[in-house]
Amino acid sequence: MLMDTPDEMLANAAAGGDRAAFATLVGRHYDRIHGLAWRLTGAKDQAEDLTQDICAALPSKLRNWRGEAKFTTWLYRVVVNAAHDLRRRQQTRSRASQGWGDWELARQDEIAVQAEAQDWLAQAMTQLSPELRDTVALVLGEEMTQAEAGTVLGVSEGTIAWRMSEVKKRLRAMAREDAK
Amino acid sequence: MSDDLDDLRAALKAATAPDGEAKARAMRLAMENFARLNDSLQGSTDASRSSEDRTKAAPLNGVRRMFQYLTSRPALAATTSVAALLLGVAVILPVADLRIGKPVVVETNESPVAKKAEPVVEPAVKPEVAATTETVAADVPAGGEGAALTDAATQPGADAAPKPEAKVDASDELARATETDAASSAVVAEPLPEAEAPVLEMAEEALPAAPVEGIIADTELRLRAEAPADAGGVAGYLTAPSVSMPDAMPAPIENTEAYANEAPNPVKVTAEEPVSTFSIDVDTASYAVVRSSLSGGYLPTADQVRIEEMVNYFPYAYAAPEGDAAFASTVSVMPTPWNPGTRLVTIGIQGALPEVTARPPLNLVFLIDTSGSMEDANKLPLLKQSLSLMLSELRPEDQVSIVTYAGSAGLVLPPVKAADRAAIMASLDNLAAGGSTAGAEGLELACQVAEGMKADGEVTRILLATDGDFNVGVSDPDGLEAYVAKKRETGTYLSVLGFGRGNLDDAIMQSLAQNGNGTAAYIDTLSEARKVLVDQLTGALFPIADDVKIQVEWNPATVAEYRLIGYETRALRREDFNNDAVDAGEIGAGTQVTAIYEVTAPGSDALLNDSLRYGQTSAYGDTMGELGFLRLRWKAPGEDVSTLVETPITGTEGASAETRFAAAIAGFGQLLQGSVYLGDWGWDQAIDLAVQNRGEDAFGYRIEAVNLMRLAQSLSAQ
Repeated sequence: MLMDTPDEMLANAAAGGDRAAFATLVGRHYDRIHGLAWRLTGAKDQAEDLTQDICAALPSKLRNWRGEAKFTTWLYRVVVNAAHDLRRRQQTRSRASQGWGDWELARQDEIAVQAEAQDWLAQAMTQLSPELRDTVALVLGEEMTQAEAGTVLGVSEGTIAWRMSEVKKRLRAMAREDAK
Repeated sequence: MSDDLDDLRAALKAATAPDGEAKARAMRLAMENFARLNDSLQGSTDASRSSEDRTKAAPLNGVRRMFQYLTSRPALAATTSVAALLLGVAVILPVADLRIGKPVVVETNESPVAKKAEPVVEPAVKPEVAATTETVAADVPAGGEGAALTDAATQPGADAAPKPEAKVDASDELARATETDAASSAVVAEPLPEAEAPVLEMAEEALPAAPVEGIIADTELRLRAEAPADAGGVAGYLTAPSVSMPDAMPAPIENTEAYANEAPNPVKVTAEEPVSTFSIDVDTASYAVVRSSLSGGYLPTADQVRIEEMVNYFPYAYAAPEGDAAFASTVSVMPTPWNPGTRLVTIGIQGALPEVTARPPLNLVFLIDTSGSMEDANKLPLLKQSLSLMLSELRPEDQVSIVTYAGSAGLVLPPVKAADRAAIMASLDNLAAGGSTAGAEGLELACQVAEGMKADGEVTRILLATDGDFNVGVSDPDGLEAYVAKKRETGTYLSVLGFGRGNLDDAIMQSLAQNGNGTAAYIDTLSEARKVLVDQLTGALFPIADDVKIQVEWNPATVAEYRLIGYETRALRREDFNNDAVDAGEIGAGTQVTAIYEVTAPGSDALLNDSLRYGQTSAYGDTMGELGFLRLRWKAPGEDVSTLVETPITGTEGASAETRFAAAIAGFGQLLQGSVYLGDWGWDQAIDLAVQNRGEDAFGYRIEAVNLMRLAQSLSAQ
């Protein structure tokens, strides 16, 4: 019966301390979390770590579940924010160990190395700004509508539309570069 | 276009299936935490702690706004120095700027849900900060000292917050964190180069060390360990000062500008291709783009340089047309400054300046891009200033309307008389940037409004002000141009004003203006706005001749080779010259258009092509000595049939300071393009030529060009 219960009811129950409901909820959405984490980070190991962290934090997160949005929307938001934090931490860590200039040089080197080593997707994704990457992951990867993606990212639908057109622009520019 | 996205979609869809073991591990951890949390919640008062964050955060809202404002600034230098400052602060006072930095991060879509979780996890990462900011971490041998140190650091942070209880909370939490687990603090104080995995492990290791603390302490510890995963939580707080910069910095660097340009015109052999045909170009955008690049301290790229637009930026004192003629052409021939073996033939066209007092009433529709990207100081705010400058030049009976486009298009100001300055200014002031760009819809609405304003004998023009984003809602850019072209036939003109850099879609601007019978101008400063909108108001807004085409037939007996300098994007097919259905540029009232050819006489050392063994040069009778024959075609505004004006180029027309200055600017443009035709001729010569031929230069445009040349010289010497 739990299997048929809607996410939102499960989340309410889990927030109220229902262990079975929580287990069902996490089991049901683990793959989804992992999928988005992979699309946002672009690396399997990072996606796994990120997913684990999210799962571990989910009990406390659920205490803030108010049922104001669809559960999946809420969950996507949690994942996107966690991915943002991961990016930030990675950046700080490398920055704290080196000076500002060194960090920038290292970053440029890293970009160059990455660009060579990784495949087209990684290249395409690294050339997009984090905002565009998030948008692409949600709209193309998760097949959300622009409105849904806007809700998750906390921006307007129009902004998502603008970002997607930016993505197209970048991709076209990349295609031109490749053609050269 | 959608092919690109399909590839990306397919690649994204091919996500690797999650690892079963990892899933089991994550699920187990989730369940453990769930159990701990719910056990500890029974009888615990901690649940309400999220509200503390609210009260603590509230006094800092002002600071947050300040930082949001700061980061939205375009100036890269500014943000970088802020970054440096904040980074410095971060090292000394890790806790203090948690709060300052946080707001910067907020703009990256953190959900309120995520924020509420912060206080629970906050203390845990403080030691980690100490670790990552090495200066502090280095001398922390044990948790006790670490606590003291961090504690001290807390004070300024707490002082910064007006509410005293914030201070208490912060140090209180900190104290608990360190007391609970001195060992873990010590562990954390070591530099942690790796990802959050060690943090989690550390927490697990720490567990046995503090079993006596009981379930509640245990729970908190685990929660802290999870902190890194906690969205918008600790990491946001801690790393914000330095981390926010990468978020903020790429914005000004990111560049999606697109420029319309072709490779410079090659040298043509007259015997093979005696006729050169092109449309006039009254745009000036390229010069302003070049100026904006040079003033920014970098050389423009070759594709940003359109020589004809640079040359046409300047007013020239050509002979005015006589009688009722719409314009007069002035031809002059002079030795080429950069090549003694060739001559420059300059064709100057001067539009008639009808009595200003007799000008027809003007209907203006401002079509204003208010997309999010227009927020920069040099975009929407400059646009508002520019348009208000222009308002004072309008007559009371002129009509003005404002349409905006961004997300959804809207009529901001229904047509009003220009005399109603207050209403127009109020509407302008209320414009705010936000949303994306729905250019096509906006354009359609503007056309509708323009239709409604039209009356016999009046000139109706849409002034599109944009930073170049014109893509959303336009599935087919060609379709948009076709639409503009169709509207042009109804008598509505379209001019494009470009603002800001970084996003400038010069190509679309160009093609819209070309198809819409208008000018494309780039406005980077208020004085440029004055030049475009005030000084040249009449010319920019009142066309006196449509579809002006130039065709020059060179005489192979006197000109063996020729090269048109600039006008690459305006080339026409030879047969299109006589085809009135083919669109070309317009000349506005009182404006000048200049075209420059470099021609080489037969037998000259400067010839680049060998002559043909079997080429034939027939006799030309009376026309033998002529260099060529200039044909001009134009239509009176609104007419369908063109008029032809023909003038022989005899080669004896003298040069003037005006044409020499034009040559200097053409040289400037070619230097920027790295042209192969200039030989040893360089910046010094270009500057000399321009300085000597400055002429009256009442507005100082020419001396500005000289200064730009000097700037370019220094920059290219680097």
